Amino acid sequence: MSIQSSEAAATTVRKGLLGEKLGMTQVWDENNRIVPVTVIKAGPCVVTQVRTPEQDGYDAVQLGFGQPNLRKVTKPAQGHFDRAGVTPRRYVAELRTADASEYTLGQELTVELFEAGQEVDVTGTTKGKGFAGVMKRHGFHGLRASHGVQRKHRSPGSIGGCATPGRVFKGMKMAGRMGGERMTTQNIAVQAIDAEKGLLLLKGAVPGPNGGLVFVRTAAKGVVK
Amino acid sequence: MHVLDSVDSAQLRDDVPAFRAGDNLKVHVRVVEGNRSRVQVFQGVVIRRQGSGIRETFTVRKVSFGVGVERTFPVHTPVIERIELVTRGDVRRAKLYYLRNLRGKAAKIREKRETA
Repeated sequence: MSIQSSEAAATTVRKGLLGEKLGMTQVWDENNRIVPVTVIKAGPCVVTQVRTPEQDGYDAVQLGFGQPNLRKVTKPAQGHFDRAGVTPRRYVAELRTADASEYTLGQELTVELFEAGQEVDVTGTTKGKGFAGVMKRHGFHGLRASHGVQRKHRSPGSIGGCATPGRVFKGMKMAGRMGGERMTTQNIAVQAIDAEKGLLLLKGAVPGPNGGLVFVRTAAKGVVK
Repeated sequence: MHVLDSVDSAQLRDDVPAFRAGDNLKVHVRVVEGNRSRVQVFQGVVIRRQGSGIRETFTVRKVSFGVGVERTFPVHTPVIERIELVTRGDVRRAKLYYLRNLRGKAAKIREKRETA
């Protein structure tokens, strides 16, 4: 952890919430056009720890979300939540933000942090695809269906030269494990929020399966106001 | 998709009459021209009704100046002002794609006789 990068990250104020992806559906917008939306049950989250530059070297807020199996909460974890004065949560995540000092331990955060029309980044774990071939994993076109191609229709073809270089270059796109990795989709517009039910309607798709954990933060990039 | 029923239910219309393929409908469509909005009627035979819930759509076919015209609407779209059921058709299919290959009298659908 370098001090330089933490300072750069701490220059922005970001809001964030942990949530559960419920699934996709569609709504009509004000022009009566269909908008595909992902519904996320965001929050309520609690602040379980506040990181300060003096103590930790960077500004951040640790958020807790979800109902854990209380039998499985370890003593150290229990102590950590006790210090914040909250019941144990299933997931914790850190939100890097410059205004971390304005949060208090045990503070509850709801979906009202966000408003319709703003843009957010959504981080989740993508659906695992298992061991996938190059056509699925990298979008290769495979080989031809006919013209003498034998039992090689989905293969990558050539992966390099012969005696020169005499090896396969590092990073060559090949078959392998696909999905199941952390991924962030940036600049997703918030279509609507339902503060009563704690729902966030985001335009378009977000990473991960239904029921998966997602981390919704205000967009890191996007339009400068 | 039960978890999302609460999101969808607010969008569903409850003023949609019961209709199926073969029925003749007058669909009153809101058309926005510039900043003016008016209602246009699209009348024809329902040749398809597919999907369920908020995603359900239906297709209405009519022959306009000798040219077949088909329009597909979401059942619950706010674009439709109202749907008027003109006649009930007597058909044996759920999808009436065969009408596309028929002309004139052959493309006519018998009206359903209500059995009391």
